[in-house]
Amino acid sequence: MGASQTRLEHNYDDLTEKSGFSHEQIKNLYQRFQQLSGNNEKISRDDLERIPALNNNPIRKQIITAFFDKRNQHQNDVGSLDEIGFEQFLMVMSHFRPVNSKATEEEKATVRKQKLRFLFNMHDTDNDGIITLDEYRTVVEELLSQSGAIETEVARAIADAAMLEVASTNVPHMAPDDFYEGITFEHFEQILKGIEMESRMHIRFLDKNAATMRCGKLSS
Amino acid sequence: MLRCGYALFWLLGSVLLICVVSPVKGEAVVTHEGSHLKLSKSSHSNESQHGHSSNATGIPIISFKWHHVETSYLVAFWMIKEKKKYILPLANREVIEANHHVTSVIPESALLICFGFILGGMIWAADKVQTFTLTPTVFFLYLLPQVILDAGYHMPNKLFFTNLGGILVHAVIGTCWNAASLGLSLWGCQMGGAMGDLDIGLLQYLLFGSLMAAVDPVAVIAVFEQVHVNDVLFIMVFGESLLNDGVTVVLFNVFDAFVSLGGPKIDAAEIIKGIVSFFVVAFGGSLVGLGFGLLISLLTRCTKNIQIIEPGFIFVLGYLSYLTAEMLSLSAILSIVFCGMCCQKYVRANMDENSVQTVRYAMKAFANGSETIIFVFLGISAIDKVIWVWNTGFILLTLLFVLVYRFIGVFFLTWILNRFRLVPLEFVDQVIMSYGGLRGAVAYGLAVMLDENKIKEKNLMVCTTLIVVYFTVILQGITMKPLVMWLKVKRAAVTEVSLLEKLTNKMFNHTLVAIEDISGQIGHNYMRSKWKYFEENWMSWILMKPSARKKQDQLLDVFHQLNLKDAMEYVTEGERRGSLEFVRNENSIIDFKKKSESESFDINNANISNDHGVMSNTSRDPIPSVSLEMHEQTMKAVREAEAINAHHLLDQHLYKSRKQHRHRFSRSHFDINRDEKEVQEIFQRTMRNRLESFTSAKMGVKPPKTIVKHTQKEQQQKMPNGKSMDKAKTSYSGDEGSEGDSASGYDQSYMRATYRAGAGIENPAFMPDLDPMDLLQIPPWLAESELDSSMVALSHRAQVGLPRTPSNLRRLAPLRISTRSTDSFTLENIPDTQQMDSDQLPPPPPPRPPRDDGYV
Repeated sequence: MGASQTRLEHNYDDLTEKSGFSHEQIKNLYQRFQQLSGNNEKISRDDLERIPALNNNPIRKQIITAFFDKRNQHQNDVGSLDEIGFEQFLMVMSHFRPVNSKATEEEKATVRKQKLRFLFNMHDTDNDGIITLDEYRTVVEELLSQSGAIETEVARAIADAAMLEVASTNVPHMAPDDFYEGITFEHFEQILKGIEMESRMHIRFLDKNAATMRCGKLSS
Repeated sequence: MLRCGYALFWLLGSVLLICVVSPVKGEAVVTHEGSHLKLSKSSHSNESQHGHSSNATGIPIISFKWHHVETSYLVAFWMIKEKKKYILPLANREVIEANHHVTSVIPESALLICFGFILGGMIWAADKVQTFTLTPTVFFLYLLPQVILDAGYHMPNKLFFTNLGGILVHAVIGTCWNAASLGLSLWGCQMGGAMGDLDIGLLQYLLFGSLMAAVDPVAVIAVFEQVHVNDVLFIMVFGESLLNDGVTVVLFNVFDAFVSLGGPKIDAAEIIKGIVSFFVVAFGGSLVGLGFGLLISLLTRCTKNIQIIEPGFIFVLGYLSYLTAEMLSLSAILSIVFCGMCCQKYVRANMDENSVQTVRYAMKAFANGSETIIFVFLGISAIDKVIWVWNTGFILLTLLFVLVYRFIGVFFLTWILNRFRLVPLEFVDQVIMSYGGLRGAVAYGLAVMLDENKIKEKNLMVCTTLIVVYFTVILQGITMKPLVMWLKVKRAAVTEVSLLEKLTNKMFNHTLVAIEDISGQIGHNYMRSKWKYFEENWMSWILMKPSARKKQDQLLDVFHQLNLKDAMEYVTEGERRGSLEFVRNENSIIDFKKKSESESFDINNANISNDHGVMSNTSRDPIPSVSLEMHEQTMKAVREAEAINAHHLLDQHLYKSRKQHRHRFSRSHFDINRDEKEVQEIFQRTMRNRLESFTSAKMGVKPPKTIVKHTQKEQQQKMPNGKSMDKAKTSYSGDEGSEGDSASGYDQSYMRATYRAGAGIENPAFMPDLDPMDLLQIPPWLAESELDSSMVALSHRAQVGLPRTPSNLRRLAPLRISTRSTDSFTLENIPDTQQMDSDQLPPPPPPRPPRDDGYV
């Protein structure tokens, strides 16, 4: 641990530059990372699945997958990893950094696009740039699986209805032989333009050390 | 069941009894506290006199019991007078509403005050003395509660609690700051000799400051409602004004106690007591409100048999929470706010749909009425020679300080808050927040409550308060809108949320929670999800009736089921034709917009318009008419009550659920969903549905063939249909009604038939997986091609689509599968045929696939 600690110290500036987190935040996240990985260099799927608080989350599978998705690493890489190191962990987290209030419109737009892309990637599992009905159904089924009363049939149908909606809004005049393949990122963006992603898709990353709080939660 | 009913009646009786008793109690307490409550005082004295006089005589045949009824009589009379004046403002309102350019410039509240000026002038001219004034009793006990209850009941809870921190800081600290700074500055100015010779001590200044600190929700809503600012800004201003009313009253009472105690006697202990009492009163009031809110929820949980009086509970108990808090000298305003906020969700879920509507209407009506009366009276009060004591220095300085300190307070507090907020409030928002600090009737009511014996300059204070109220409501109210425009404040976005958006939103929230979990942060999202978990598992379980708990999902389901049924048909059809295009084509021909007004009305008169629709339709289009008659048969067969029930269910919830997220607080308008697009959409869908089901019913030999024929037929018929639809608007609106009704009839009956514990409802009209082909495990594309070969004309797409790459096929598969909803036609016809007279039977319905029975 000591070695990695020093190595980390070394990389602080580098990481800050890449992810945009402050030193304190990185330190905090690193502690958390070590907690999750059991002081290992890498974190694996199982580590994340063991988090007790995630048990109630209907889409935890998707979210955990997103952590191991190379597309979310800000590199033009495709595929999924088995384990991720702290840097990758940080990069995924950086999608949820609040937007700097002083950012220009362009920067905001970029951030917004990144955040949307993250969401989009959660849907588009096979990375062909299109959310197909199949993929969408899977997500919606998972999403609604927790509510109990809504069963798979309905969830699937809801997905269909949503898909249809997208189809009809985005391609109003389809030729008779056309077939709506799925939601492309542009369509996705278009449809969600009403949601203020840049001001909503973020969480508060603590600056100060809150280890006690986390420990309590972990052990629970 | 019966016993339960009796118990409820007993409960109701006791509640009403308490209700009768406690106003008296409440008044008594208030009387006890302050000697200025003329009304209740007189009522007590009258009652005691009456007791003596009636005992003296023998047995009168008819006695003139004036005393007995005097109070109520006077109250009623007063109400009538009130009504007269109330009608005028209403007329005024009508006029105002009529020419919108007036209200677009001047807010209604300001106009009402001006109207009050005129009325007051008339009264003054007639009587030479001001006979109508707004007494604090009337204001605080009879006018204010319903306004606040309305505000609480319609509060967008999620928004409120998200911003609770900011609201509380502004409401508590901001109010204290305003009170203290104003009092101290005025005192300082007096020391400096800026306002001549006034007999006001430091404590009295502070008292004055505390009453001036109240930002009035009534005035704020009246202005902000017309200027649609963004949600966060609105809830900050509105929530603050609501809570700070409570805080002000508490503060006022504390300082009032200090003033009566007198300067010298105040020591550290007293001050600490004052501070403690401040918190006790504020939190105690909130707790009382929460208690009553829970009580209301519990009560509505078991009022299934007495739906008529359900709405009464809300009002009576809401008012009781106010009075109880007042009785315990806790903050009544906070109490009723929290009562409304706490009960709204459960009440809406528990009560019958009618009752919910009644409550909403009645609440709006009460609140609107009170608001009008309050503003008009504020105007009338001005025309009174007694209260006008002019002191330029005092008045102008007060105005200045009120404004300046409000700005300073808001900016400072927001600066602190912004350091903790993820989305900081912008500068522009802060300006609007400061500028939105309108003073209103609460300040005036408190000013009138001042005790003349203790405060010599009461009239000056009342007069100053009035001027501040006029200044803020009229001047700031008028300039608010231009300011909002000029500063380009972010307005409330009017968005039409699509299904995808909604789903993504939901997903998005879960993602945030998960990320918080993973990163080990405990944030808002975490708290919210925990609360929701707790709420769903415990609160709902206790407070909602079991049926309502399920219904919550059911309603959603009905909406989705229908939607999805249609969607499936779209897809099926689209598949068959090769795309979804046909939907578009057909829609574009028809324009139902004009009809949409009458639509909702027609739905209500479904039975009547149904007949009408059938007749006119029959004459027009021979083929659908047959099936229409069949449909009508079904209609009759479905038990009427059931139909009406189902009807309401759909009518109230079907499309509304899409929009329920929309946070809007408005006193005078609440939207019933009349969105033209939606009405049009549902109409088109049901129309198409029906056509299809009818044709299939008529052909009804074997489902697959039915469909084929139907497809062909529809292609041929499309144009004539479109034309006739345009012509026969009334008849189609009737059709819509009938369709909605019968469809809902199915739903209802099927809901009962098919419900399995925990399984939700299944709409048998749509069973995506109930296909024989599925049973045979034929791959979808094969199935499709089989269909193709066996039938006459089918999609080029299906044929063209066959030689696709495997990945494409996989992608297409779900869509193909959905073709199987041919089934839905057969299923849909079953009720028809079962309930029809045998001689009118079309060819018997195809037997259900055996799997159906197991499934349904």
